Amino acid sequence: MITDQRHEQFMERIQRGEKIEATDWMPDEYRKLLLKLIHMHAVSEIMGAFPEKEWVPKAPTLKRKLAIMAKVQDEVGHGQLLLRVAEDLAAPLGKTREDLMEDLIEGRVKFHNVFHMESPTWADAGVIGWLVDGAAIINQAALLSTSYGPYARVLKRICAEESFHMQHGENIILALAGGSKEQRRMLQEAVNRWWESLIFFFGPVEVTDAARRMIDYRIRTKTNEELRQQFLKKYVPRIHSLGLTIPDPNLRYDEESEKWIFTEPDWKKFGEIVRYNQGPKSQERLKLRRFAHEDQRWVREAMVRSQKMQVV
Amino acid sequence: MMQTAEQIVQEPRLRHALTELLYQLADDELCLGHRDSEWLGLAPDIEGDVAFSSIAQDEVGHAVFYLERLHELGEAKPDQLAFFRGPGERRNAILLEQPNGDWARTIVRHFLYDIFDDIRMEALLQSSFHSLAQGVVKIRREEHYHLLHHKMWFTRLAQAGGEARQRMEQAVSEVWMEVGGLFSLGEVEEEMLHYGLIACGSEGLAQRWAERMRPLFDEAGLNWPGMPVKPKRDGRKGEHTKDLERLIQTMSEVVGSDPDAQW
Repeated sequence: MITDQRHEQFMERIQRGEKIEATDWMPDEYRKLLLKLIHMHAVSEIMGAFPEKEWVPKAPTLKRKLAIMAKVQDEVGHGQLLLRVAEDLAAPLGKTREDLMEDLIEGRVKFHNVFHMESPTWADAGVIGWLVDGAAIINQAALLSTSYGPYARVLKRICAEESFHMQHGENIILALAGGSKEQRRMLQEAVNRWWESLIFFFGPVEVTDAARRMIDYRIRTKTNEELRQQFLKKYVPRIHSLGLTIPDPNLRYDEESEKWIFTEPDWKKFGEIVRYNQGPKSQERLKLRRFAHEDQRWVREAMVRSQKMQVV
Repeated sequence: MMQTAEQIVQEPRLRHALTELLYQLADDELCLGHRDSEWLGLAPDIEGDVAFSSIAQDEVGHAVFYLERLHELGEAKPDQLAFFRGPGERRNAILLEQPNGDWARTIVRHFLYDIFDDIRMEALLQSSFHSLAQGVVKIRREEHYHLLHHKMWFTRLAQAGGEARQRMEQAVSEVWMEVGGLFSLGEVEEEMLHYGLIACGSEGLAQRWAERMRPLFDEAGLNWPGMPVKPKRDGRKGEHTKDLERLIQTMSEVVGSDPDAQW
């Protein structure tokens, strides 16, 4: 009975547009939905460092080298900010940062499909910044109005940084688009490679039960398809204006429904890539994370030990 | 007497000594910054990852400063110098071209180098090349934080005992073989001193370094391995290992695929 009342009051707060804070009472379902979302967001940022990291040592000018180092650092930094938010949500469930990281290594938490994919050329480093981060901004900007205060605040900073990333990516892309025949070829191939992943990135068209619950709780306010349409509206003209093509013969704007019509991605293939970590680069990148986390446990343990010694 | 780049280019011997010195500085920082950046996404914890990346960016930023000074003296553009010089033209100490190894070795190398770099910059504060003396003041402010950061890591990993301490001891013994190479000023040390480009010669740099380093070993509870000896090869004279060849190859892979293109 008391719980029902609390729940009712909680929903009223949300409907009034109030923000929920970490120490406020919240329904278990709300906590779990949020934790799942933010945990996935956090580990995606951390795994998202890897496809571009491959290009950090190879960046072709000093300016690019500095920029891509800072960019990848930001992604890891976002991971850290989000993990802090997730840690607070996870604490009452008895979970720690170590557990959240282990969930990633053990495949108990998913990360975004795009970070399972290959990035074999310098143009991929550009396309990731330009289009993948571009898609991420659309997703994240839509979450700025989320009912959970700590997430909203972290997202504000993340979105500001991501818009830099998009410019960084666009800058790489512009150099390639205005460059040699070979550079343009490299760029077109990268766009071809990423397109389907980008369409999948926003998730299924139909609104799943979990997504519906998140909308009820105002954790998110827009559907996958609304966000995907926003992406297409923004980027299709930009891609075309650079003289690039999009590898989808069915892509067109339908005046009547005021929507972009597109070929559906292979939902099953990508779904399995994400669920079972079986994309072309999933295992290789998880191995890197395992190296960071497990092979260097001795470092974290040593730092804890020596801190205790200093306190004594 | 303080001199500008325009004045220096009139005197070939002076110009040569100065470019050698600037290449040593630039190449040390570029190699180390490049190596540091290899840790991106792989550091033992997320906080450390972010911190280490800031250091990597600072080091590459310092390299850019030195390369710009070289360009002022009539050398090629910074990008050209960074990406297209062969190993024989590079002047970094061999220690800095070596791969990172584990976290202990990364920390040990960085800390030993940071102390050296601080001493070297101290000797550049009154350099007769005005813009170098000026730049070093600013760079030292940043390096101060690297020093604090790596001192913390160095001391605490060594004090922690267990596996960490073993790894630190191992790292010290490995790194020690090449530490001596840091102090060399290469072929034209005498000219560098004669023209007042740097206030301290290689012997003095080594002495000052040991004086500062030894108490830090004591504090960390590590055995002082004795004065480092001069390694067989001298990076300051363009003598390098396969590690540098590979580093350059990696670094220039993209730009080398079409050196005339805009990237």
